[in-house]
Amino acid sequence: MKLGTLALKSALISAVAALSSTAIADTKVGMITTLSGGGAGLGIDVRDGFMLAIKQSERSDIEVVIEDDQRKPDIAVQLADKMVQSEKVDVLTGIIWSNLAMAVVPSVTAQGKIYLSPNAGPSPLAGAGCHPNYFNVAWQNDSLHNAGGAYAQSEGYKNVFIMAPNYPAGTDALNGFKALYKGDVASEVYTKLGQTDYASEIAQIRASGADAVYFFLPGGMGISFLKQYSGSGVNIPVIGPAFSFDQGILQAVGAAALGVRNTSQWNKDIDTPTNQAFVSSFLAEYERLPSLYASQGFDTANLLLSALETASVSDNAGFRSALKAANFISVRGDFKFGSNNHPIHDVYIREVVKEGDVFTNKIIGKVLNDHGDPYAKDCKM
Amino acid sequence: MTFVLLAEQILNGVQFGIMLFLMAAGLTLIFGVMGLINLAHGSLYMIGAFAAAAVAGMTGSFIMALLAALIASAAAGALVELLVIRRLYNKDHLDQVLATFALILIFSEGTRWVFGSFPLFLDIPASLSGPMTLPGGIQYPLYRLVLIGAGLSVALGLGLMITKTRIGIQIRAGKNDREMIAALGINISGLYTLIFSLGAALAGLAGALVGAIQSVQVGMGEPVLILAFVVIVIGGIGSIKGALIGALLVGLTDTLGGIFLPELLKFVTDPSTATSIGSSLSSMAIYILMGAILIWRPTGLFGTKL
Repeated sequence: MKLGTLALKSALISAVAALSSTAIADTKVGMITTLSGGGAGLGIDVRDGFMLAIKQSERSDIEVVIEDDQRKPDIAVQLADKMVQSEKVDVLTGIIWSNLAMAVVPSVTAQGKIYLSPNAGPSPLAGAGCHPNYFNVAWQNDSLHNAGGAYAQSEGYKNVFIMAPNYPAGTDALNGFKALYKGDVASEVYTKLGQTDYASEIAQIRASGADAVYFFLPGGMGISFLKQYSGSGVNIPVIGPAFSFDQGILQAVGAAALGVRNTSQWNKDIDTPTNQAFVSSFLAEYERLPSLYASQGFDTANLLLSALETASVSDNAGFRSALKAANFISVRGDFKFGSNNHPIHDVYIREVVKEGDVFTNKIIGKVLNDHGDPYAKDCKM
Repeated sequence: MTFVLLAEQILNGVQFGIMLFLMAAGLTLIFGVMGLINLAHGSLYMIGAFAAAAVAGMTGSFIMALLAALIASAAAGALVELLVIRRLYNKDHLDQVLATFALILIFSEGTRWVFGSFPLFLDIPASLSGPMTLPGGIQYPLYRLVLIGAGLSVALGLGLMITKTRIGIQIRAGKNDREMIAALGINISGLYTLIFSLGAALAGLAGALVGAIQSVQVGMGEPVLILAFVVIVIGGIGSIKGALIGALLVGLTDTLGGIFLPELLKFVTDPSTATSIGSSLSSMAIYILMGAILIWRPTGLFGTKL
């Protein structure tokens, strides 16, 4: 009798083990991103880039659950709880905005899930708040602003007017710019987040006597600023990070953006076979040119796929070291992870040009080589 | 702080105020005459901008784009009034807020469905682009001067309509005593539809005019809507004159506050703290103004009804 129950028990255990081992082969990915409202363009690009890579891998054992966070931190937190607890995903990804990432990432990584960031890179997660389960495939937030400062320095600008919205990523941006720029700051202006009229700031720029303007105004704010700036008759050269010049919004800015220099870790004209294949397959699949965000979504999925080649998600330590190896070919060229799981990569300076009827970017030079971030030294893991 | 910079900032404040007036005029009429809180007014602003961008893209004509904005937003306004708003007049304000908030979501996602998630292109016509030199050596964008002119003529036209025409008399009468004018044989529901689509057309016009120098994207109306509510509360609900004065006050306070507060604070503290405190204070400035005015005149500057 006793022997019988034991035998039954072990049979049950092995059956459960067998079942769970077939479940291991299936990887479940939860994507929380912004698909509605004003910031939807970014989330849609990340999603499309990510899904293109999954489709090209022809793997049927990866399931991606996609949910819309509506750019609201509380909704993102609810979705993350749902994905971890009821969907039982292995890997999370997709968040666009730093404030949402700060609300979601620390809790999901603490619950043992892997988080791959395709966009947001707030400084706390790169420094003291880093986590072995958190990997950023895009950039640390300061990266492109560091490059902006380095570019202004190399062009010999001596007195730059700098401007960003009054919120954490805005102050990070201007500090990032000042890190590698050694000249004077004509004026440091913080605008309202979501501001649409920049007439007052443009009047200040006109009166400031600056020799260049550096601005970080993502999305619609950048469109408004550039259109108003070009109509104001002020001729001081403008520099910005790629966020105001991505493929999704350039058509809305139009000729007002022509000739503007902007910094980016990726552009569609990076001449590697991987990147060219990505650009043409994205164009064929979605009938539009990929943006910076699409390239980051594509890289994120390829990083995940490369790690799945060597380790299973259930083997947490093995999977993490497979991710850390970054054994994939990034569309941006050279890519590796720093000690804090944030990218070390090159940053370029681009110029807005018109190709046929389409406004787009062209790389005109490399600003930073193998650039990491200044927060890695605070990361103890 | 030079004279040129100051003059330019005052013009900016006036221009911003005039655009707020176009939004607030419709809102104050609807609120004052029908007693309806219309949160979806910002969506009508967005519809105007999208219609203008779509038509400008097809025809290349800015005049056609403005006409399209007026027609599309007036039609959307009339449709919304007939289908939804009409059922809300006898409900309390909470129901109205709930229903018109639902309209915001429907319009936003509907627009995204039709036009996609990426901002649209709408530019000012070449003949109005570039700066103009005013007396005193002030360089100011020509298009913004045109905006000021256009807004003032709309204000004048509205004022004349309210005071001199039969429709205006009906609107004023409807504001004072809606049962009475219905009893006198005025078609009150027709009048409400007319007022609602007039308000919608003004919002759509503002959306198209402003869309040309800002970005035409989903959700562009909501920030303006909040300011427009501040304007009508300051000006007194239902008063067109109040909306104009309130809009100019808000426009000037917002623009000049952003410049002068950081400069003033630099006398008492170091520049970087002055900048950060000053810019935070300036975003509160219009609400402080509203609070002060409401303490002084609880019904707003030109409000009569309690």
